[in-house]
Amino acid sequence: MGAIAVQDVQTVTRPMIEDFLYYEAALLDEWRLRDWLELLTDDATYEVPATDTPEGDPRQTLAIVADDIVRLRSRVEQLLGKSAWAEHPRSRTRRLLSNVRIRAVEGEHIHVTANFVVYRIRFEQMDTYVGRYEYTLVQRDGALKIRQRRAILDLDALRPHGKVSIIL
Amino acid sequence: MGNLDLESLVIDNTAAGLFRVNRRVFTDPEILDLERQRVFEQCWIYAGHESEIPQAGDFRSRQVAGRPVILVRGSDGQVRVLLNTCTHRGALVCLQPAGNAKSFQCPYHAWTFSNHGELIGVPGDDAYSVAFDRQELALAQAPRVESYRGFIFIGFNPQLESLVDYLSGAREYLDLVCDQSEVGMEVVGGTQLYSMRANWKLLVENSIDGYHAPITHQRYFEFLVEMGVDAARIRRMGRGKSLGNGHAVIETAPAPGGRPIAAWAPHFGEAKKAELEAIQRRFEERFGAERAFKITQTNRNLLIFPNLIINDIMAITIRTFFPRTPDYMEITAWALAPVDEPPDHRALRLDNFLTFLGPGGFATPDDVEMLENCQRGFANREVEWSDISRGMRREHPLHNDELQMRAFWRQWHGLMTLSPTAPIEEAQAVAARA
Repeated sequence: MGAIAVQDVQTVTRPMIEDFLYYEAALLDEWRLRDWLELLTDDATYEVPATDTPEGDPRQTLAIVADDIVRLRSRVEQLLGKSAWAEHPRSRTRRLLSNVRIRAVEGEHIHVTANFVVYRIRFEQMDTYVGRYEYTLVQRDGALKIRQRRAILDLDALRPHGKVSIIL
Repeated sequence: MGNLDLESLVIDNTAAGLFRVNRRVFTDPEILDLERQRVFEQCWIYAGHESEIPQAGDFRSRQVAGRPVILVRGSDGQVRVLLNTCTHRGALVCLQPAGNAKSFQCPYHAWTFSNHGELIGVPGDDAYSVAFDRQELALAQAPRVESYRGFIFIGFNPQLESLVDYLSGAREYLDLVCDQSEVGMEVVGGTQLYSMRANWKLLVENSIDGYHAPITHQRYFEFLVEMGVDAARIRRMGRGKSLGNGHAVIETAPAPGGRPIAAWAPHFGEAKKAELEAIQRRFEERFGAERAFKITQTNRNLLIFPNLIINDIMAITIRTFFPRTPDYMEITAWALAPVDEPPDHRALRLDNFLTFLGPGGFATPDDVEMLENCQRGFANREVEWSDISRGMRREHPLHNDELQMRAFWRQWHGLMTLSPTAPIEEAQAVAARA
């Protein structure tokens, strides 16, 4: 099961969104990061707000991650290379998604939320990232794509995690 | 102290050009206990910034030096640091991380304190004898609180020298940061709260280490080249300096990753070039060419002993950290910016911050990795010493030498052995041998 074929966003159902998000999670857990980039639009953004300002706008508030597609492409190549020491050797991750809800369909945009738990394992240490996703999805060339991706942590600090070196 | 010989923990041999630190300092719980008393309780410790509590009644409750405190601007406009423990039976009286309040009421028995700390309400106070003294039962305060240009510090030793005296040679470097606005600097909303499974002193070293950058942060420099930065610009040069009282700095130029004030980098976009040049010209008019160059073109990594880092690099970060155990520290980092910064420029600054800094940037996670790796390596107790001798023979140590670490260690050693030492002038020692 690869890209999710969609001709009209009005016909999208929750099972289709779930298939899409499960596919995305599999790509990330399998470190197929270039394939994952294919799920994003050319104007896509990826944000992880600071733990004390979950609603923060990265233009005005300090965040943890606020990538445009250019930075995101660089991040992917860094993670697949040899000099991202925090991920070389690579960690193992396992993403669990649930509570997938289509919140609204506005014009060409589908607004989706979901809950996540991402386990990151490395050197016999497991860090657990918990939070919710806010996605804006669109249809491009007959397939679902991600235009905005926000991972809002419920953690009140990255302790003891220390970092977000994976793509949440 | 059992068989702990504090004097022997640091080998400082300027004649031979040898500086060694015993790795027990990173692993021994007894040493951490002593650090709490002999370092953290004898120095000025950063608590927050005045811009975080601008109005009367504004407060932040947080941990400072391992203690829950309330940083509050009282109704009288004065900044106080109240110890967040009810004088009745100990509960935290303030549970919100931030807000505005005229008073704090303990949720346990409803004792109420003004935002100056005075005990103003005790339910059923007829149950107490005349010995019950409300004045005595005011919320405790940090014995010393002083500010320098918005940076609020606390001290637990009432005899501490003034903050300005304590800052010594670090003061002029704080000025280079604070002079970036005529109106003032502010902490931007959004806090990076993170941690490392490593000893706090490793982060002191790492934060002012120029030597590691090309290797540890290879992926960041590759990113810059990918963004169009000239590879020659990446080979920066600079100096490491001891500033007195354990403070230290490294200064480097040019700034390959750009500076919001005021060095352009390709990833800022062509449209920003003219604006940054205009900013630099304004600084030249205000300060003259030499000081303007220092402020706008030079990166600085500044340590205020013992645990405050202000890195004025591709953005400005305030970073403070405290050990919970010898192998675990909690870190808090903020962005500092001119109050009067236009919104587009603020957005540029915050974006540039994240290219390197913070737990999701292209650099800090690799520092976390390195320090956690060092801490794992320390389990090899047979390897007793870390070598911090780099540049001891140089008259003017470079940013990628280790003089700045030695400045920290000498102060640390003096405090721990209760024998504050006269400042070591490595250059004098080198010159004297010549």
